[in-house]
Amino acid sequence: MSASRAISVTVNGARREAEVPVRLTLADFLRHRLELTGTHVGCEHGVCGACTVLVDGRSVRSCLMLAVQANGREITTVEALAPAGGGLHPLQQAFRDHHGLQCGFCTPGVLMTLVEFLSLNESPSEAQVREAISGNLCRCTGYQGIVDAALDAAKRLRA
Amino acid sequence: MKPPRFAYHDPQSLSEALALLGRLDNARLLAGGQSLMPMLNMRLATPDHIIDLNGIADLAFIKVEPEALAVGAMTRQRDVEFDARIRSRCPLMHEAVLQVGHRQTRNRGTLGGSLCHLDPSAELITVAAAMDAVVTAQSKNGSRDVPFAEFPAGLMTPALRPGELVTAVRFPLWREGHGHAFVEFSRRHGDFAIVSAAALLEEAGGKITRASLTLGGIAPAPVRVAEVERMLTGSVPAIELFREAGEACRKLEVMEDVHVTAAYRRQLAAVLSRRALEKAHERVARH
Repeated sequence: MSASRAISVTVNGARREAEVPVRLTLADFLRHRLELTGTHVGCEHGVCGACTVLVDGRSVRSCLMLAVQANGREITTVEALAPAGGGLHPLQQAFRDHHGLQCGFCTPGVLMTLVEFLSLNESPSEAQVREAISGNLCRCTGYQGIVDAALDAAKRLRA
Repeated sequence: MKPPRFAYHDPQSLSEALALLGRLDNARLLAGGQSLMPMLNMRLATPDHIIDLNGIADLAFIKVEPEALAVGAMTRQRDVEFDARIRSRCPLMHEAVLQVGHRQTRNRGTLGGSLCHLDPSAELITVAAAMDAVVTAQSKNGSRDVPFAEFPAGLMTPALRPGELVTAVRFPLWREGHGHAFVEFSRRHGDFAIVSAAALLEEAGGKITRASLTLGGIAPAPVRVAEVERMLTGSVPAIELFREAGEACRKLEVMEDVHVTAAYRRQLAAVLSRRALEKAHERVARH
């Protein structure tokens, strides 16, 4: 009932304990408290998709979830994609190869959306990729590079 | 763009939630948060108390009975989408839920949240109207069933009494082999529909034996077009018949707003209702 609460969240495999104001969004918790600034905050009302992270493996808009609601959950952010030993995740490599990003603001959200999507659909069609990323706004690329990268990443992940 | 201050409550049982709802002033229920959270962030809603329903496991379930589908209010739209039984026994809902927002919002958004938010363009309220759903509302004093036709009390306002929350929704099932279609028009995929149309048809002996036609987005609540349903029932399905049905929908009273004129909505009502009926007819199982 107080204005803040203790939470325990697993973020990218590590247990994190914190005392958070109940009105703090998950996005702001990740960015300001855990300094995981890979998750971007765009519109803050669930439209742009830049803040997409995985909660228990499912993509969600972290601006539309309270940090207290993440208590006991497993969060995966873009920081967890690249292998610890260096290099890039196959999806990130495909984005680099196909010019899937320009300014990069939307990219973390797009990547996290596609991580879940490609886990559900190993061999998507172009139309399915376009639908999958319809909840992520990109103002630079015109999406073509993103779509090409997603299709190529699917191929690489199947191999 | 941050939520205002509020006191946060996360009941772990329905009785606990109902006790809080009965006791607290200016409280809002938080379901999937895909509408309330934006309203909080934009300070369009400034409740003193948030009662988070996400901890109440009993409110999330999908039961397929011989005559009806029962869905718990806190069932995620994603779980509706991926349920094979809903896909086969209640294909209208499957087709509709695929058009609700995006993957990221369906992963959190709930059936009960969508119904109670009552956005005129929401797909799931149009399905509820099309299928004569029955909403179960519960307070600490007991529960009652509300036919969906009586559920909207006004624009984005459910006919819930103080202290009541929605626990489940029952959708009476149509005969196996019925035809269905949910079609909508929006400017971009995933946007709120400007107008949507839901059609259900049963046919036997070359005639339509049962029909349901609902338009969403033309009025504060979904509109069942009873006049067209009467016209269709007993008729031989034909392109001309469906065109006539669409033209009847053009005469409905529709709302107008800053985005869309009434004339445009009427045009969409005519076209989408015809398309929905044609598609539903094509999908009727032929033996």
